[in-house]
Amino acid sequence: MSNVPADLKYTKSHEWVRSLADGTVEIGITDHAQHALGDLVFVEVPEPGRSVKQDEPCAVVESVKAASDVYAPLAGEITAGNPVLADAPETVNSDPYGAGWLMRVRPAAGAVAAAELMSAADYQKVVAAEGG
Amino acid sequence: MGRKTPLFALHQELGARIVDFGGWDMPVQYSSQIGEHHAVRRSAGVFDVSHMCVVDLKGPRVRAFLAQLLANDVAKLKTGGKALYTCMLNERGGVIDDLIVYFLTESWFRAVVNAGTRDKDLAWIRRHAAAFGVEVIERTDLAMLAIQGPEGRARAAELLAPADREAAFALGVFVGRELGTWFVARTGYTGEDGFEFMMPGADAVPAWRKLNALGVASCGLGARDTLRLEAGMNLYGNDMDESTNPLESGLAWTVALEPPGRAFVGREALEAIRARGPAAKLVGLVLEDRGVLRSHQKVIVPGVGEGEITSGTFSPTLERSIALARVPAATPARVQVDIRGKLLNARVVKPPFVRSGKSLVT
Repeated sequence: MSNVPADLKYTKSHEWVRSLADGTVEIGITDHAQHALGDLVFVEVPEPGRSVKQDEPCAVVESVKAASDVYAPLAGEITAGNPVLADAPETVNSDPYGAGWLMRVRPAAGAVAAAELMSAADYQKVVAAEGG
Repeated sequence: MGRKTPLFALHQELGARIVDFGGWDMPVQYSSQIGEHHAVRRSAGVFDVSHMCVVDLKGPRVRAFLAQLLANDVAKLKTGGKALYTCMLNERGGVIDDLIVYFLTESWFRAVVNAGTRDKDLAWIRRHAAAFGVEVIERTDLAMLAIQGPEGRARAAELLAPADREAAFALGVFVGRELGTWFVARTGYTGEDGFEFMMPGADAVPAWRKLNALGVASCGLGARDTLRLEAGMNLYGNDMDESTNPLESGLAWTVALEPPGRAFVGREALEAIRARGPAAKLVGLVLEDRGVLRSHQKVIVPGVGEGEITSGTFSPTLERSIALARVPAATPARVQVDIRGKLLNARVVKPPFVRSGKSLVT
């Protein structure tokens, strides 16, 4: 059974979103996603300053088996990519909701608010439907 | 729903993730693919390879039949039990499949062919066997376990009757023999020492459980793929197929053009390719930049042309990405690979990348 923290928001494409005190959001991939991918060996995160649209591919996570895109849950400007993942991509496997975060985004004016994204309860249903 | 080996229920019990492989429901990994890979490089792991197709070929003219069917020469098989790796070609020199053939007696050879090519292989073999009166018997009754790694043979031998262990340890590399109802061979697809056991299907589950109890790790097809790629071994369908030939697939060493009188299927086509010079070659690549090489990525050879990666992965042993790639014959030592629009630097090397646990790449 995968771990789905109740205080985060989610997307159907298995990203999680955490609202931070400074108005930015932190984004990563869920425990279900990291488990399905297997051992991660390479993570590419976006450069700060890049503008992303909602659902735009903006990071890549690669396991031994395959490469997968990570999509922006909401529109905004990248404020940070997680620097530890270049040398320690496996952090996403070991701590997907903590040290394994991928990027931080300052939401654009008029962007979908984090609060409007999928709740933990609804994301649980997505995971259950995938047999997770 | 695909076909299932006698070990399918055990794989599920062990928590394996199951995927389709050549029409079979097979375990791709149990816990960690990298962990399973390291188990084989450092101690021992067991793979279910029962999906592979074992074919017994019987008849007084079986050797002459195989001399015509196969690109490598069964005349090299002089002592009982010796095995040969070879391609089976069509008339254009294209690779129908790669296979291992064991010489058991002058009227009995045994071939092991890929699961995904079973139907066309059997049809092709039967078509050519008829003229030699050779009987083609698919051994669907057999399960096959590959026990690989530096401790693989010692652990696997525990499964044999005490009286048979000495005989198993006496097997040379690439030699097999029957021991009781099992066939024991010192072969594999990982670049490590080990055994492959063919056994009645009902023996497979107790054998696997005993191996686990002896500390042999259950390993899936995911680790099998990274191990074989590190070992520089081709995968049919990725690195060669009917649209390519062995001379352009790193398999020239498996083609026996001597003696010139042996008329095997595909010979004329290969001689024509050799006469004009192969246009392409299969090489190893080591990625110098960060990233992961994957099949079908484009290889750019400045001033020469382009090629394509046929198999790529992250190498758990080297902790960097490696690949096999088909590139123009004139490709020099450095190339670039297009990964999502970025050109990354790769070095051309001669496979294998890893053998018997040691890196061969500096």
